[in-house]
Order: sequence, then C-alpha cells, then structure tokens
Amino acid sequence: MNQGIDLQRSFVELLTGAGLPQEVARAFWLPLPMVVILAVVTVAVLLAIWGERKWAADMQQRIGPNIVGMAGFLQGVVDAIKLIVKEDIIPRKADPWLFTIGPILVLIPAFFAYLVVPFGQNLIISDLTIGVFFLVALGSVAPIGALMAGYSSNNKYALLGGLRAAAQSISYEIPLALSVLSVVIMTGSLSTIAVVEAQNTYGMLSWNVFKPIVGQVGFVVFLISALAETERAPFDLPEAESELVQGHHTEYSGMKFALFYLAEYANLVLGSLMATILFLGGWGFFVPVETLAGWLGVDLLNPVFQLFAAFLGIVITVLKSTIFVFLAILARWTLPRVRIDQLLDLGWKFLLPIGLVNLLLTAAFRLAFPGIFGGV
Amino acid sequence: MNLGEGVRLVSFGILALIVLGGALGVVLAPSMVHAAFLLGLVFVGMSGLYLLLNADFVAAAQILIYVGAVNVLLLFAIMLVNRRIPDAAAGKRGLRNTIAGFVCLFVFGSLVNGVVRVPWPISTETPIANSTLRIGEQFFSYYLLPFEAVSILLLLALVGAIILARREFVPDRTESGDQPLVLPERPRAEMDETPKLPETTGRR
Repeated sequence: MNQGIDLQRSFVELLTGAGLPQEVARAFWLPLPMVVILAVVTVAVLLAIWGERKWAADMQQRIGPNIVGMAGFLQGVVDAIKLIVKEDIIPRKADPWLFTIGPILVLIPAFFAYLVVPFGQNLIISDLTIGVFFLVALGSVAPIGALMAGYSSNNKYALLGGLRAAAQSISYEIPLALSVLSVVIMTGSLSTIAVVEAQNTYGMLSWNVFKPIVGQVGFVVFLISALAETERAPFDLPEAESELVQGHHTEYSGMKFALFYLAEYANLVLGSLMATILFLGGWGFFVPVETLAGWLGVDLLNPVFQLFAAFLGIVITVLKSTIFVFLAILARWTLPRVRIDQLLDLGWKFLLPIGLVNLLLTAAFRLAFPGIFGGV
Repeated sequence: MNLGEGVRLVSFGILALIVLGGALGVVLAPSMVHAAFLLGLVFVGMSGLYLLLNADFVAAAQILIYVGAVNVLLLFAIMLVNRRIPDAAAGKRGLRNTIAGFVCLFVFGSLVNGVVRVPWPISTETPIANSTLRIGEQFFSYYLLPFEAVSILLLLALVGAIILARREFVPDRTESGDQPLVLPERPRAEMDETPKLPETTGRR
C-alpha cells in the first residue's frame, strides 16, 4: 500500500533535478515538516479557541466575539499578540529557572505528539512503528511540567494545583492506556497508519467504534479519560478557580501563560485527533476508497483521483475531530465540576476495572472471532 | 561521512552531555527538588541514547515508566513532605563530602579502567525493523518465567499499597500502649462511633 502521494520523495527529486546533491536536498526537507506542524497546530488551536468562545456564547445566549475579523475569528490572534507584548512577571520569591521551564515542558510533549498523527496515507510526519505507544508515553511527561510550575511559583494554591494536576493526569493515564491497548490488540500493530488502515477495509463498518461491545466500551472509557487528561471542565480540578484561584497557572502572566493556554488547546485537539484515529477510522470515508473510485468510474491510481482522495482524507479527519472538540466544549459549558474524591473514584474504581475487563474481552474476542476483531 | 552519520555523532555528543551533566547535577544540587527534576532530564537523555541504538520501544518505555511514573512519584513525595529540617550534621559536611568524593573517584577510575581495557565487540548486524514484535515474542517464550515473576512481584506491591492505604488494617496501638503509627485521618466507620458531645447547656 505504498501508492499515492509521497511528498518527501517528490521534494527531494525536485531539488536533485535542480542540481543539488541528494544529501543536501534531504537536509532541506528536514525543517519543513516541523514548520508545517507548528503552523497547523497553531491554526488548529486558534480555531478551537474561536469555536469554544462562539459555542460557549451560544450555550449562554450571548453573541461572543464578533468584532475582530469575520465573526470574531481573529479574536484569538489579537489575544495572542496582547499576551506576547505583556510584561513578563517572575515573582521575587519564585524559582526563576523552574518557573520558566515549567510551561515549556507542558507545551513540548503536546506539539511533539503531532509527529505521529496521520491525515492521510502518506500525510504523516513520521510513521513510527511504536506510534500509539509514543503518544501514550508523551502524555505521561506533561505532569512534570505542571509539578514544576506549581512548585516554582512559591504559592500554596499553585502547589496544590500542580499536585492535583499530576495526580489526575497519572490516574487517568491508566484507563486511557488500557482502552488504547484494546485497539492495539484489534489492530496487531502500534503504528498509527496501521491502526487507521485496519479500520478501513470495509468502510464505516470496520471502524473500531462499531466493533461489538468492546468497541463502544473502549470508546467511552477513552473519551472520559482523554477529557480528564486535558484537565478541562468538568475535570478542571487543578484550576478550580473558585477554590484554587487558577491552580498552577496562578502566578503566570504574559507569554508564559500563553504557553499554558496553547498547550491546553493543543492537547484538546490532539485528544480529538487520537479519538478519530483510534476509534473513528481516521481519514477513512464512509465507504472504502476502492468503492468510491468505482462509483466515480475512475482508476484508483489516477493522479487526479489520488489528489482528491488525499484532500478528502484531510477534510474527513478534521471533520471527525471537530465533533470531539465540540463534545468537549459542550461538556465544559454544561456539566458541573466533579469533586476530587468523585474524580479519583471514577478513575480508579470505575474506569480502571472496566478498562481491564474490556482488554481481556478484546483479547478473548480476537481469539474467538478473528474475522471481526482483526485476528489472523 | 554522510549526513546520517554526522547527525548521529552530534546527537550522541549532546545526549552524553545531557546524561553526564544531569547526573552530576542530581548528586551536587543543593535543593532536593532541583535534583529530582534533573533526574528526569537524565532519564530523557537515556531514552535518547536508546533511540540511537535503534531500540525505539525501549526508549518510549523508558519515558513512560521512568519519567512519567518514577520521577513524578519522586517529585510528589518530595513536594508533599517539603519540610526544611535543620541539618544536624552540618558541621561534619566537609569531612563527609571529602570521603564521598574519594570513593566516587575510586569507583570512576575502576570503571574507566574496565571500559578502556575490555575489547568491546561492535556488532555489524543490521538492526531488526520491528523490535516491539521481537520483545513480545521473547517475553512470552524464552523469558516467560522472569516476566511472570516480575508481574507477581508488582501485584504483591499493589496489594500491599492498598492494604497500607486502607487504614482499618493498620493497628493503631500496640500491646505496650505506645502508638507506632499516628494517622492524620481516621476511617469513616470509626468517625461515626466517636462519642457525641454531652448535651448539658441546652439550646442556645
């Protein structure tokens, strides 16, 4: 399945055609994906912020941002500029080094994770053989940043917020990893590309969310834990503005606060993309690409159709993840915040056992009905 | 030397610097929290070294377990018990540090001696493409017994932690009458049995 568009090869061939040695052409290629990632994630974050504000306003019967740009679309950009030019305050009693590194440590894993998010057959920065595991491992680094920010602020609310953030993150990582593992069992591979391809053999019917029983249970466990991992309401205990001021963000202002803000929305978009890839068939359309080509009466290898399929893949991925972003925003503005004991109860006494049973069931189903659950 | 080799050499240098510098920092940093954060940096550097050796699964596992679990737990413990105890042995610091320095130098010297003398064989085999698959196969065939033993050990630790956390199993008093464990909170069942305040003064 290596047909289709290979951007790197075309780029390198273009430059070597222009008379550059191949090594140099490769070196020119290297920074491009990184720049693309930064741009894509930033735009996605801006869109998510805009969506959050508009939808929240709709839910509260307000208009929301409506002055800057079309329908307030550029409000996020203006806010970002405001945060960048704002004075950067480091409290006198704070630990200046840790205070600076904390927000960076929260942001880097969130951006790093986009390396393995596929938007199409070859539209991925790097198809690691351990892609899904890589995502889970990166997710486990973020609590260190929260702890660092909370400790270095030298403020009791910040410290409490940081500790809560880390505790919550650790508790919900386990059910998250368990639900991801059940998908991995059904796929038989850790690569994100393989996970999506395995779901697109029969179109919509082979999406993981439609696998009998284990698919739906895993999906719900994944959604709840992913929402808790992003630390947004109803799971925004680390912030809990009525009790902890702002949690570990309390002492931050200017660009450092913007980094936290950016990381929160980057994580939200990443969680939605993960849900799309793991359970909703990634870039797959409702019918397989072969059937689509048959309907349109064109050859599968037709370059125009290839371009169309790639475009369709990106649109479908973005649309599917928009649904999850909307769900998260809906949950944030309609559900009350849970208490810390309810949060930990839900994680350890409900999601963890269900995740374990689901994993066992998936393994059993795969052995019993290999045709449906991706066995060999 | 082509591009790939150059990148590998430079990244090895940077990673080695991170690991060595971080490790020195862990030992020498005066603040315990700084030392713990530097330990996280060392773990990340180690995982980078694994990546250079084409062991991607091991590298990710290193991040997940050591950075994401062990280091976070360490930081948690330090931050929850963040008391500044006056150092009783402050006067003997100099002597202690000198002795520790000598011991460290001795160990370092013997390690360097060993590293330099042994002719390390360099494998020319091409690395396997999917190391995860191979690790899984080995776990369930050749290393099955150690794997299961470690699993049981972890299960025991888990059950032990739960028993320690459930306060009713921990005795509050020994027979001689002194209190070995003073717990800040009481289990809910005992709280209900606490004697009620005598109603003497009537209604306010």
